[in-house]
Amino acid sequence: MAEARTAERAAQDESHPSGDERFGLLDKTLRKTRYEQDQLIEVLHVAQDIFGHLSEDILIYLARQLRLPPSRVYGVATFYHLFSFTAPGRHSATVCMGTACFVKGAEEITQQLELTYDVRAGETTEDGELTVSTARCVGSCGLAPVVLVDGVVTSHQTVESTLANVGEVVAQESTEASA
Amino acid sequence: MSRNGRPTVPVTIDGQEAMAYEGETILRMAERIGVRIPRLCYLEGLSAWGGCRLCLVEVADDPRYRLACATPVVPEMEVTTTNWELHNHRRRIVEMLFAEGNHICAVCVSNGDCELQDLAAETDVDHIHYDFQHPDSTVDASHPKYVLDRERCVLCTRCVRVCNEIEGAHVWDVAGRGSDSMLVAELSKPWGESPSCTWCGKCVLVCPTGALAFKGRAVGEMRHDPAVIDFLKTARDEGKWDERQEAR
Amino acid sequence: MAKQIDLHDVAHSELEMRSRYTTRVKACSSTACLSAGAGPVRQALEQAAEREDINSDIQVVPTGCMGMCSSGPLVRVEPRGAEPTMYADVTPDIATRIIREHVVVRKLIDEHVLDEDQPFFSRQRKIVLGNAGRIDPERIEDYVAEGGYQALAYVLSDLAPEEVVEVIDDSGLRGRGGAGYPTAKKWDMLRRAEATPKYLIANGDEGDPGAYMDRTIMEDDPHRVIEGMIIAAYATGASRGYIYVRAEYPTAVERLERSIRVARRQGLLGRNILGSDFDLQLEVRIGAGAFVCGEETALIASIEGRRGTPSLRPPYPTERGLWGQPTMVNNVETLANVPAIIANGADWFGEVGTPKSKGTKVFALAGSLVNTGLIEVPMGITLREIVFDIGGGIENDGVFKAAQSGGPSGGCLPANLLDSPVDYESLRELGSMMGSGGLVVMDDTMRMPDVARFYMEFCRDESCGKCAPCRTGTVQMHALLDRICEGVGRKRDLQHLESLCRTVRQTSLCGLGQSAPNPVVSTLDHFRHEYVDLLVPDVTYNGEAPAVPPRPEAPDPTLPTKGGAR
Repeated sequence: MAEARTAERAAQDESHPSGDERFGLLDKTLRKTRYEQDQLIEVLHVAQDIFGHLSEDILIYLARQLRLPPSRVYGVATFYHLFSFTAPGRHSATVCMGTACFVKGAEEITQQLELTYDVRAGETTEDGELTVSTARCVGSCGLAPVVLVDGVVTSHQTVESTLANVGEVVAQESTEASA
Repeated sequence: MSRNGRPTVPVTIDGQEAMAYEGETILRMAERIGVRIPRLCYLEGLSAWGGCRLCLVEVADDPRYRLACATPVVPEMEVTTTNWELHNHRRRIVEMLFAEGNHICAVCVSNGDCELQDLAAETDVDHIHYDFQHPDSTVDASHPKYVLDRERCVLCTRCVRVCNEIEGAHVWDVAGRGSDSMLVAELSKPWGESPSCTWCGKCVLVCPTGALAFKGRAVGEMRHDPAVIDFLKTARDEGKWDERQEAR
Repeated sequence: MAKQIDLHDVAHSELEMRSRYTTRVKACSSTACLSAGAGPVRQALEQAAEREDINSDIQVVPTGCMGMCSSGPLVRVEPRGAEPTMYADVTPDIATRIIREHVVVRKLIDEHVLDEDQPFFSRQRKIVLGNAGRIDPERIEDYVAEGGYQALAYVLSDLAPEEVVEVIDDSGLRGRGGAGYPTAKKWDMLRRAEATPKYLIANGDEGDPGAYMDRTIMEDDPHRVIEGMIIAAYATGASRGYIYVRAEYPTAVERLERSIRVARRQGLLGRNILGSDFDLQLEVRIGAGAFVCGEETALIASIEGRRGTPSLRPPYPTERGLWGQPTMVNNVETLANVPAIIANGADWFGEVGTPKSKGTKVFALAGSLVNTGLIEVPMGITLREIVFDIGGGIENDGVFKAAQSGGPSGGCLPANLLDSPVDYESLRELGSMMGSGGLVVMDDTMRMPDVARFYMEFCRDESCGKCAPCRTGTVQMHALLDRICEGVGRKRDLQHLESLCRTVRQTSLCGLGQSAPNPVVSTLDHFRHEYVDLLVPDVTYNGEAPAVPPRPEAPDPTLPTKGGAR
């Protein structure tokens, strides 16, 4: 019953007025999930994969397409950690804060990263170079403490080794950019 | 609240024998026979939320406290609405709610008509033992008729539920989570710009504190009217317009 | 209709194929080993095998977790008809040498050989992880060759649903998610529920920081989870199943989705499973980073695309769950036990473990130990055996201080409780809990109030915000712990902390809030002096401690019954 109605509606729906092709990709997922409202989280994941982060425009678009109240879409998107509303930095340093890593000094590593780059965990530096964040256990507890630098796992870290690793990737890009 | 037939379920509440309707919640039954159970998020006419935890009561032979607002009576149930432990739990929860926001009764529009304030008196709060969190919350005065002061919000979600369940507009929802939770309209937009708000004002009428208020009220001038929801709900569901008590 | 797999044929041809190789080299490709560099190791193995292997009698098999993650990457050489050898800390160079020297000329690389007779391996008992580290999780044939889907075939052809529930009941299997609720009881409730459709959910939302048991099971043996789910669905009459997996586990998601597709193609899912008249659809649903979604009603809300806040129970999900229909949520590890129980019988399962806690438990062993990794041990094993035999003792010759089980919901056990058995009841009595299986061992450099603060910070950040005691209480308890840890706490702070622990535990809506005080309470029980030592002494202006009695907590007979304030 509900399916027939959504399918009918789906055919009438137009894509995003901006003509941004990425919304076409999003539409594909929406069609695949038959515009079912309970697929909101799934669709938000896809949207974030496509756009890098969730902008207001995207949330409005999804609310309209799924015929959900905007406040509910916003409420769901802000409830879950993994959805981000700001563009990520060019580089990332993610400190695992699982218990094993905590026991082996991950907190100190996070603090020093925050101090060195003048950001708080979860934020991006003003120049958009680096996002510092923490994770709830990446499941490599045997290698604790673990820091992911640009997504690559570095194991048995110390404050010094982490700062060196992160400094390296950040410097690399800037020299390339200036060259 | 209109009920057909007679209550048939025998229960004991605070040592007093009473008859309850089948499927009736402990809280509603207690209310009917004049026993007051502290509560904050509960509102007759809305779905049970179970967030404030103030209406927890002791049920004989049950190792856990039960939520009066959501637990239906069963025959021969023995309910004790307060004991020293429950009283302490309630007091601490109320204290923490005070510490969580910026509740300054002396400058609040709802001073004198505030359920949080009443609960403080009811649970013997004479001092806040915990750190005030001094949240950096915002006031939204963009609506022509109403104002939202998030510093006074206790996240009871009555407004969210009334807007969704009774008015059907779903303007409000809770965003963020944990201690960052906050009430938002639409996509966290100024309330006054909300295209779906019908200006019905029900959210303002049901707010237990001064978080939602009519514009232009001075300190202590705000009067809520949460009972209107039960009136509306009964009228809508059962086609019965019970006599309205005088609105304050 | 999909073709029906012939389990016997598949197993037979797979075993025949295996026997064609003189040596099978298994390369651990689990997340922990991949982080340690298992990717290049596997490449090196494959390249070397290609170069050296003229008769194509070497097979390199990527497998799941072999267990000893602290020594990764791990490689296991299994020559036909000879003893296998495990290698630790393998680099691409060593990998090349393994092929050239060990496989080709049978010369062991002694310095990297890992003794498989050591207690770390010999004290374990593998049921759930039986295939982990042994089979290629991406191939259903490998699973079938190890006896996979036989239990399902037996159930569908020989047992009525209530008989399946009976077998599970006889086995004494209890929920592995932490609380230890009897699995058969839950199954029976769903079976008896009248409304249809019914739903089955596998809870793979493992959020305990420092635990990765469920991930390993889903990644290393996805078909075992699927088989367990089909059996559970058959026993309970569920027609649709969901596996809820954390988004942080992309490999698990990918493997499960792939395995579901394969199973569907083979007639193991969908309509008329294995020729019976039983139908089941399975689907993977992804979380988005919320610890509270491990709570079953919050998980259900999340699958419905809503904020993952728990809802009131009763009604229990087995009455009214997903979309208002009868729903059962089982932990992934619980479901993974099911095929083995059916295949080997309830008695066989009951022989492992203790009378009340039967079977095994998978733990993610971490912290200041010589050996860390993923272990599966019989219930009832003592903490001492886990720490000193399996874990090899404290690293750097340190001193054992405490073992933390159950993560943010559990507690710390001190050295004098090392001989307590690890089972549901014992741990609960000692103020901890089995939890989902994180086990972190701490040496004496750790300050217990710091540990409590760490977990409280976790709970504060993960509180969903729905109920007041958890939302505000975790904030206040964290603030109090923070003050104490920073050395500026006073005696009254400790008193407030303890009273808040009681309030939050007894009044919170869901398990997260109710158990959030556990790490504080258990460290206070066993290491109270560490808190007291950190307190600033209370003094008055004349330098004496004031004699103010604490607020009374004892029942007060004079307490009036409150009338309404309005």
